[in-house]
Amino acid sequence: MGNSSSRRPASARRDILAAGHVVPELSRCVQCGICTFNCPIGIDVRRHAWLGKHVVDSHCLTCGECVKRCPRGVLRFERLKLFKEGDE
Amino acid sequence: MTRHVIVGTGVAGMSAAATLRTLDRAAEIILVSEDPHGFYSRPGLAYYLTGELPEKQLYIYNKKDWQDLNLRHVRARAANLLPGEHRLDLGPAGALTYDRLLLATGSTAVQLNIPGADLQGVVKLDDFEDTRGIIRLARRAKAAVVVGGGVIAVELAEGLTALGLEVHYFLRGDRYWPNVLDEKESRLIERRLAGHGVVLHHRTEAAEMLGKRGKVTGVRTTKGETIRCGIVAVGIGVRPRVELAQAAGLATERGILVDEYLQTSAADVFAAGDVTEVHDPLTGSSSIDTLWHPARRQGEAAARNMAGQRQPFRRLAAVNVLRLAGVMTTIIGSVGSGTDDDLVSVARGSSETWRQLPNTIAMESGAEINHLRLMIGETALVGALVMGDQKLSLPLQEMVATRMDITPIRDRLLQPEAPLGQIVMDFWSTIK
Ligand SMILES: Cc1cc2nc3c(=O)[nH]c(=O)nc-3n(C[C@H](O)[C@H](O)[C@H](O)COP(=O)(O)OP(=O)(O)OC[C@H]3O[C@@H](n4cnc5c(N)ncnc54)[C@H](O)[C@@H]3O)c2cc1C
Ligand code: SF4
Ligand code: SF4
Repeated sequence: MGNSSSRRPASARRDILAAGHVVPELSRCVQCGICTFNCPIGIDVRRHAWLGKHVVDSHCLTCGECVKRCPRGVLRFERLKLFKEGDE
Repeated sequence: MTRHVIVGTGVAGMSAAATLRTLDRAAEIILVSEDPHGFYSRPGLAYYLTGELPEKQLYIYNKKDWQDLNLRHVRARAANLLPGEHRLDLGPAGALTYDRLLLATGSTAVQLNIPGADLQGVVKLDDFEDTRGIIRLARRAKAAVVVGGGVIAVELAEGLTALGLEVHYFLRGDRYWPNVLDEKESRLIERRLAGHGVVLHHRTEAAEMLGKRGKVTGVRTTKGETIRCGIVAVGIGVRPRVELAQAAGLATERGILVDEYLQTSAADVFAAGDVTEVHDPLTGSSSIDTLWHPARRQGEAAARNMAGQRQPFRRLAAVNVLRLAGVMTTIIGSVGSGTDDDLVSVARGSSETWRQLPNTIAMESGAEINHLRLMIGETALVGALVMGDQKLSLPLQEMVATRMDITPIRDRLLQPEAPLGQIVMDFWSTIK
């Protein structure tokens, strides 16, 4: 976890946004809102789940609260490295 | 400009509206619903009841979402449908003509047919107002009786316990949800409920509700025993709301009959969600789901057909993830058979396909809370039930849904005491 861009040459133009992010499995979500209610910084995780979108939000603390609280096992962490658009 | 009218602001109606908007920016889309709360999470009501969620959190769309999608909402009861004239009567609210109509009227709880069932304090868990009502009643009541089966009865028992009531749960038969769970699973849930303070009464049936000044004060059982309570919560099953369609002469059986394009027997009238009985050309049978995601998918599929794309609706293996007495439980495909005395019709949050078990062998493994049951067919898994640790539930969901060939592991799965979870996991990692 953490931002590892400092270990890369600046010329690489890579800007790692997050080492992990929350991924919903849309077919399991019943839109109860428990995830959004429990997100400490108010990210609307429920809306992401409705749209089947990954929670790619630079404010996400990757605290795991939404993943833990979801009563339907909809959310999981994916340890993917994300790069800003335009990267090779 | 095409005018689409949708009856119902549940997940089927709303997902249809959102899909229609993406397909036709100019169309007029009007939603008619008698529920003052519009679009909210019905499954979430159970968590509102336990106090895990404040009620405002249940709303899925806010005002801006409605505006962004350019949807019009008419709060009214659709009283009469005239399919020949393409007209929907809304009683005092007037009438609407339509080019295409979607009936997404959902389902409603079946009432208990015994004396006193109309007393105040006899409740169901169908919608927002029901839930508010239960919370209000719970402030004064000390004890509650729960009657019924499936997900809703347990959610009612858990919710009422969380609200501080002494809860008595009546089961007509020997165990909980016998046509979906096996004996060991039923007992596990019953033990957990008891651990949370719920008093289970097996082989117990309510004969009469007792009341005073119009309010329920207790239940007399068929054995003559009386339990005093201020709330009787009933979850004995749901019925699709077919009245509107039926009165209009549309083909209905238990639900509104639709073809694979979700079209009803009337021209330009479609149906989606809990209210439908979908014909499956593969099996030749039709069945009812009362599940969120299938309702959503049907709404989307109906919308595509309403917009003129001819796209069949393909049913997926029915899945529900439940929290039964605190145990996360995923039910996938066909896992049981037979009937359940505690339910007089299809249960909410369930699929009839869970009980349509073809020739299979059931294998189980796991410790008390982490439990896995696989229904093994000739070449594929036809169902699975995962309790506790959910690592395997997504792989199993895909394996059942795609009827994945399990020939390479079938023999090993059938060995006595086979470590099912490990075998499935290893197999999964070789193919993914
Ligand atoms: C407490 C509870 C727990 C549940 N748990 C689960 C679960 O764990 N998993 C799961 O998958 N599903 C669960 N469900 C079921 C799921 O919520 C439903 O399958 C889903 O909401 C169905 O959506 P729908 O749009 O078909 O119908 P509904 O959501 O029932 O919407 C029907 C709409 O039609 C309106 N309407 C009906 N008739 C008329 C009329 N004549 N005029 C005007 N308006 C009308 C109603 O007011 C309502 O707005 C649960 C439901 C409840 C209540
Ligand atoms: S908590 Fe889970 S089920 Fe509820 S809205 Fe969030 S992702 Fe969906
Ligand atoms: S991981 Fe934490 S911060 Fe990120 S969306 Fe979930 S609850 Fe919010």
